[in-house]
Amino acid sequence: MEVWASQLFNGLSLSSILLLTALGLALSFGLMNVINLAHGEFIMIGAYTTYALQQVAAHYTGDPQSGITFLIAIPVSFIMAAAAGYLVEVSVIRFLYRRPLDTLLATWGVGLFLQQLARSIFGAPNVQVVAPAWLSGTVSVTSGLLLPMKRIFIIGLVLACLGALYLYMYRSNEGRRMRGVMQNREMASSLGVSTRRVDSFTFALGSGLAGVAGCALTLIGPIGPSLGTFYIVDAFIVVILGGLGQIPGTIMAALIIGMLNTVFEFGTTAVVGKVLVFAMVILFLQWKPAGLMRARGR
Amino acid sequence: MSVPYLSKALGSLTSNTLKLLAGLGLILAVACGSEAPPAPASAPQGSAAPAAAAVESAPAAEESDTIKVGILHSLSGTMSISETAVHDAELLAIDEINAAGGVMGKQLEVVIEDGASDWPTFAEKARKLLQEDQVAVVFGGWTSASRKAMLPVFEANDGLLFYPVQYEGLETSPNIFYTGATTNQQIVPAVEYLLNEGKTKFYLLGSDYVFPRTSNLIINKQLEAAGLEAVGEEYTPLGHTEYSTVISKIRAADPDIVFNTLNGDSNVAFFKQLRDAGISAEDLPTISVSVAEEEITGIGADNITDHLVAWNYFQTTDTPENAKFVQAFQAKYGENRVTDDPIEAGYFGVYLWKAAVEKAGSTDVAAVKEAAKGITFAAPGGMVTIHNENQHVSKTVRIGKVRNDGQIDEIWNSGAPVSPDPYLDSYEWASGLRELAQ
Repeated sequence: MEVWASQLFNGLSLSSILLLTALGLALSFGLMNVINLAHGEFIMIGAYTTYALQQVAAHYTGDPQSGITFLIAIPVSFIMAAAAGYLVEVSVIRFLYRRPLDTLLATWGVGLFLQQLARSIFGAPNVQVVAPAWLSGTVSVTSGLLLPMKRIFIIGLVLACLGALYLYMYRSNEGRRMRGVMQNREMASSLGVSTRRVDSFTFALGSGLAGVAGCALTLIGPIGPSLGTFYIVDAFIVVILGGLGQIPGTIMAALIIGMLNTVFEFGTTAVVGKVLVFAMVILFLQWKPAGLMRARGR
Repeated sequence: MSVPYLSKALGSLTSNTLKLLAGLGLILAVACGSEAPPAPASAPQGSAAPAAAAVESAPAAEESDTIKVGILHSLSGTMSISETAVHDAELLAIDEINAAGGVMGKQLEVVIEDGASDWPTFAEKARKLLQEDQVAVVFGGWTSASRKAMLPVFEANDGLLFYPVQYEGLETSPNIFYTGATTNQQIVPAVEYLLNEGKTKFYLLGSDYVFPRTSNLIINKQLEAAGLEAVGEEYTPLGHTEYSTVISKIRAADPDIVFNTLNGDSNVAFFKQLRDAGISAEDLPTISVSVAEEEITGIGADNITDHLVAWNYFQTTDTPENAKFVQAFQAKYGENRVTDDPIEAGYFGVYLWKAAVEKAGSTDVAAVKEAAKGITFAAPGGMVTIHNENQHVSKTVRIGKVRNDGQIDEIWNSGAPVSPDPYLDSYEWASGLRELAQ
């Protein structure tokens, strides 16, 4: 019983991690049709930003475990990754809109470039981010059911990101313009919306969300130059299964994949579990090529 | 606008992308260029000049006063995490040798190539080093996959490779010297140690490729001989970062030791998440065979404190040679750098080759191989001796406990160097392994 309860939590936790890494991609891939293979590297930028900030803070305060530093690192990671995303958009991607294949190759190159850049700046070996004290330890529900604080925190962070994204997309003028461009680019353009500006903004926002994911992932995963490559494939699967351009679909897909993966992995092995999930996703897409949710009016 | 479209786009990959690929190549070249072979410029003894300058020089006249040697590790890509440091150690040894007058009075001239974490690249670069540069010896490789890719090249061109990393055994190439541990110098004694400590419920956790699978095959046989059976065996893909379910399974199996053959970044995720799940080394100890000082830095020492590791060398190993080695390594590469087992094996491999060449009086491969038999060297980790037949080295086995500062305290050693036995011929329970390897 406790095993199942903790597996349920593990599934939820995996879903939250998948969603966090996929959310930014849902914007750039789902809404803009840019196949951004450098998305993982924006996650990496977030992780290294957290590391760098902690090094600086530790240098001045002498306390590497400061919880405040970590909280500050979340928005700073967002800003750094968003800035990097903005630069990539204006310098590379904007010349390649409507040529998805070329963006795929170009962003792959950008990704390799960023990886090697990180290697040059921070060195090839992994680095360590010390988790703040208040995130260490577990919450014990019963004696056999221990929930790690860090995973609870990540679930909370995803909910916060979703809330913020909702407010931005549905309650701000900027977000309204964004949705307008996504639904009908020509119409929005003829009504005076600067689609160029919206594109840059959306891409930067997606990259920024990847940065937040990177910051959170320092808590539970490795921090090295190739960190992004561990998450990029899963993130794409989530977005494709969810249906392009559909944030609610992305959420549903993350939940389904996270839960199924956990159940399958528990029943079989990590390798077989992953194969089963991929097979099911492929079969599902044969049946419904547009994914779980389909954009209307295109 | 969705998946079918994407696949169609992918389908026409070849037609309209040549230009972009060229551009990509340029980006790559720039990216790799920025990382290019770190010039050994800051050697303390002022010895770097010959080695560094030599890389640039054109193929010299036949009667040159230098000997060309190759270094072939991944300086870019995912494996550069581990291999860069071994490359550094090999350069240190070469600089030291040059400063002390070279080999047979000749300076060593280094040719550095990047295997780029890509196995075909290793084969290609090995061929380049042997055929174009005509190096006398190559120091290189890390993963078994890279070694297996280079092996036919070295055998076909009759070259010489010094391979510095512990591996799964069951191999003896006439053209390779194995300076890392084989299974009877690391895994087998580690299991023996654990059995003597009264551990009976082993959980085997590894990455899904040849080294962990072969290791666990051996461990299972060894446990069987002791009348035991592993309580669980689990493999995760390389680069796997989600261990909550694996940890649940470990909890359910209730082992008293986890034998960890995970490799690379997965170790970081596993140890962080194990600690987050509230499991300390006191509750459930693990023993790792691919986690050394360098990896501990990335895992975070407090996430792995008091867990066990099995190697032949620790930075804390107390020998005069090691004090000198650590001091020289840190003087050259920085105070905060650590040394570990493969770094040490890369370092002393260069010295073993030097001793063999001087004994042979030539760099001819056959002569060096003949002369290498029984050669000994006082390595930082203790005395090492090249085996007469299998070209592995005898080395002391050590088991250590991770301290909270990331260093490792030795808690057990084999007392004397253990003779290498790559096919485990001297163990009755291992009969049949040799056939399996064919």
